Amino acid sequence: MKLFPRIRKVPFWSWIWFILGTLYFILPLYATFNFSLRMQRDVIGFRAYVRAFEDPNFLETFLFSNVLAVATIIASIVLIVPTAYWIRLRLPEARRITEFITLLPFVIPAIILVFGLIRIYSSPITVPFTGIELFRPLTNTRAGTNILIVAGYMVLAMPYMYRSVDTGMRTVDVRTLTEAAQSLGASWFAIITRIILPNIRAALLSGALLTFAIVLGEVILASFLGVDAFGPYLFLLGQHRAYEPAALSFVTFLLTWIAMGFIQLLTGGQGQAAGAH
Amino acid sequence: MAQTSTLKTKVLSPTSDWKKWLGVIPFFLFAFLFLILPSLRLFVGSFTNNTGQFTLSNILELFRQPFILNAYWLSIRISAVTAIGGGIFGFLLAYAVTIGGLPKPLRSLLITFSGVASNFAGVPLAFAFVATLGRTGFITALLRDVFGINLYQTGFNLYSFAGLSLTYMYFQFPLMVLIMAPALDGLKREWREAAENLGASKLQYWLQIAMPVLLPSILGAMILLFGNAFGAYATAYALTGGTLPIITIQIGAQIRGDVLHNPGLGYAMAMGMVVIMAISLAGYSWLQKVSERWLR
Repeated sequence: MKLFPRIRKVPFWSWIWFILGTLYFILPLYATFNFSLRMQRDVIGFRAYVRAFEDPNFLETFLFSNVLAVATIIASIVLIVPTAYWIRLRLPEARRITEFITLLPFVIPAIILVFGLIRIYSSPITVPFTGIELFRPLTNTRAGTNILIVAGYMVLAMPYMYRSVDTGMRTVDVRTLTEAAQSLGASWFAIITRIILPNIRAALLSGALLTFAIVLGEVILASFLGVDAFGPYLFLLGQHRAYEPAALSFVTFLLTWIAMGFIQLLTGGQGQAAGAH
Repeated sequence: MAQTSTLKTKVLSPTSDWKKWLGVIPFFLFAFLFLILPSLRLFVGSFTNNTGQFTLSNILELFRQPFILNAYWLSIRISAVTAIGGGIFGFLLAYAVTIGGLPKPLRSLLITFSGVASNFAGVPLAFAFVATLGRTGFITALLRDVFGINLYQTGFNLYSFAGLSLTYMYFQFPLMVLIMAPALDGLKREWREAAENLGASKLQYWLQIAMPVLLPSILGAMILLFGNAFGAYATAYALTGGTLPIITIQIGAQIRGDVLHNPGLGYAMAMGMVVIMAISLAGYSWLQKVSERWLR
């Protein structure tokens, strides 16, 4: 008793806060789930889920959002891993400016980013001070728009991706690994793909899952760029349906839960927070 | 000539070899094209008038148009209310699971849930709150059927300031939990023991030791929460359909079609947001540095 004077009684207030917090977490989810089961009068059932999944537009937009997420993740890894590696190995003087850039998306919210992207890439790109046209407007073609939205998602995910990768590299001795690989005659490409990537796979996976969670429900970039992704689909469905959107919201929550649960497992309790609000 | 140059790079390598900067060019090029250039476009646009000349009138106009000032003010109020409310509640929760004496497993449960909830936002979150507190929502019905309280007759409305604030809280306080839990872990057991040995009461310990150490983290985290709510768009749009004119909603309307009939003013409105976000991020990182003095 004397050794642990603080555990002497039940921590009443701590329990109160914890229970209140749990209620705040659970009630909206329970309400959504409960509501989604009541599509048929007087019957509790999964009718709304069946209806929602049957809609071909759901499948199409949901799959497309998954494709966008995977493209964003791959492109982010290709861009960020060699950069973070190079800075750690050879260019520590670029660290500050790079970290500053990776924090900029916190200062420039998605709505501002998409505003600027539209203004820049909806007109042809010309060589400065001449009339020579380099590119047609990206937003004119589907492929161009898709490139633009993936680039935008890469920007939104950049703070989390860079931080994950950089933290991952801190725990492995990049310099020694590189020197060992070089002395065995490995090329730069081989060093990055066969030595660095496998060594930071936990960090990569956690960054990737967070990116996945951001992209899947994202609605700002997708709706302003006119991309038929899952976010705008869910929004439009909410305009003229009641039960199906609730069902899909609940499913989205479960997916977020799975992604975050994996991150939790991978990083050992270091929670991360993103923002696609 | 060629000989001297190779000699030079060899001697000065690796510290001043410009070639090593080539390795980071793809990243900087990407950041320039898709982050810097779009922002720069808005920045330049906010100082340009309709005929393409330099002007300060867009910036001045921001402070003259009541419609724009109201939008900023509404956003600032919602962000401040949810940052302070979410900050206090999140702090108490983080306290409860770290040093508040709750069983260990509850901590990882809460942290995981906070990670999920702080990422659960936008359209699904808005729908979840409609199902909870909307006119036919779960809690609305519960209050009516069990307690005989008609929530919507008391003046509450989900599609209003209060409703949106409650909805934002869902991702605000979990973020506070995620930031504060490690900070509370940083409070050293020895400080408390030393204070107790010197005869300090629990209140004295909190007021004179724990709070001064924690305050920079708490304030910094609240500023981060403020920015988090200030930049939010999707949740508000899905919940209110644009009827609650916060600044992000107004910027969205300006992107869809030039509702201000002045593109420059639209850019200035966006830049105003960036300035507020930049100030809050700078405040956060400064306070973070201050708090690292003790909590490391």
